[in-house]
Amino acid sequence: MHPVTSDPGQPLPILEGHVSAGRLERVLRSGKFAVTAEIAPPDAADAEAVYERASVFDGCVDAINATDGSGANCHMSSVGVCSLLTRKGYAMVMQVSCRDRNRIAIQGDVLGAAAMGVTNILCLTGDGVQAGDQPDAKPVFDFDCISLLQTVTTMRDDGAFLSGRKLTTPPRVFLGAAANPFGPPLDYRPIRLEKKINAGAQFVQTQYCFDLERLQEYMSRVRDMGLTERCYILVGVGPMPSARTASWIRDNVPGVHIPDAVIKRLLGAQDQKEEGVRICVEMIQAVREIEGVHGVHIMAYKQEERVRDIVGESGVLEGRIPWYPGVSNDQPGQQT
Amino acid sequence: MYALRQWSVRNSRKLEWLYQCFEGILIALHPFWLWIGYSRIEKPIRAVEKSVKSAMFDCQMCGSCVLSQTGMSCPMNCPKELRNGPCGGVRSDGYCEVESTMRCVWVDAWEGSQRMRDQTRIATVQPPLAQGQRGRSSWLREVRKKRDLRFFE
Repeated sequence: MHPVTSDPGQPLPILEGHVSAGRLERVLRSGKFAVTAEIAPPDAADAEAVYERASVFDGCVDAINATDGSGANCHMSSVGVCSLLTRKGYAMVMQVSCRDRNRIAIQGDVLGAAAMGVTNILCLTGDGVQAGDQPDAKPVFDFDCISLLQTVTTMRDDGAFLSGRKLTTPPRVFLGAAANPFGPPLDYRPIRLEKKINAGAQFVQTQYCFDLERLQEYMSRVRDMGLTERCYILVGVGPMPSARTASWIRDNVPGVHIPDAVIKRLLGAQDQKEEGVRICVEMIQAVREIEGVHGVHIMAYKQEERVRDIVGESGVLEGRIPWYPGVSNDQPGQQT
Repeated sequence: MYALRQWSVRNSRKLEWLYQCFEGILIALHPFWLWIGYSRIEKPIRAVEKSVKSAMFDCQMCGSCVLSQTGMSCPMNCPKELRNGPCGGVRSDGYCEVESTMRCVWVDAWEGSQRMRDQTRIATVQPPLAQGQRGRSSWLREVRKKRDLRFFE
């Protein structure tokens, strides 16, 4: 156990001009290139399983996203995963989807999570129930991601629930949203981003990027609208294990756009898995050069152990080692 | 009716004009509505509104109509009932991720909105739906709201 003075669960001081005590906000505001990754929540009532899955990211990511029933499949809740990991001092991005809970439940979860030390919340619409293993579930969607963003912003900045009832301690959270620059209607996507920013999004993590050209077009629109000044953009990337998986994902996972060239390149490779990692590393290096991109979000589903190599090979951290439990017990999080 | 709904989106500009005229008449009749009593006219007006809007927009009677901000494409036909824009799951051909035979209502909404007079209204942030208003008349709600605004000005 950690001594009280260096309890990693203790919040950091909130710096001036910051909304949260979190390290992700510190990294982004200081202009560094941020790296986040996605943890696969276990199908187990087991804290150790969560700690184990998180430890593969030690020293290579600035924050870990805990998914909320992604793909409409049931796993340990994001509140649960985040509560466990914040005890160890990890910086968490708690994903909140509008699919499963109504406004009463979600506002309660936001308070609970913030009290447990969650400093980043990502507001999502959520996949439809038809995508998952329990398609007979009732889709809730009482909020959509934008009204959810607005509600949490109100809770934080005005210290009140949606009803206007006052909070005694507002949740100090850095607010994020998802963006899909690759899905139709393409012309509307930058406007949708602006809408999310107006509703309170301070950072966005995008859907998997495999089409650099389309991302560049999107980013140039977004820059012209002045949105990169108002919001940090982390581009979603990830290694594809094989050409077959890539084409399956393209055909079956809503919203993922993978150009033929990528699948062809995987097909032509001797070791498709290694090629997938190489494509991912190259993509990270390429998006880094785009003006207005502030970081990457790595979704390495079932390849989480490769994230360390990917980040290392890409060189985007420039020797920086993000804080992780055990690295410095005296000053948790001081090292961003 | 899906075909009529598609027609409405294609003719969003005309419908926008038509509704504005119609709303003007409803507002002008405010003293009359007040005389009969808003609660008493709710039922017949609702019945008319439901039949007209069901035919033209596949209206779901959410009670908080935003058609003039969504290019005359009713967002309540989205399986997720999204009122602020499309989710990230829209198929590459512009069809819905949940109902693969239906075009994404927001792909339609975007096209419809660009034909309308004020093309920026689609960027308005919509609050969460007032679930208690479901089944009630949006027309009367708008009239009362606008009438009150005028009164207070």
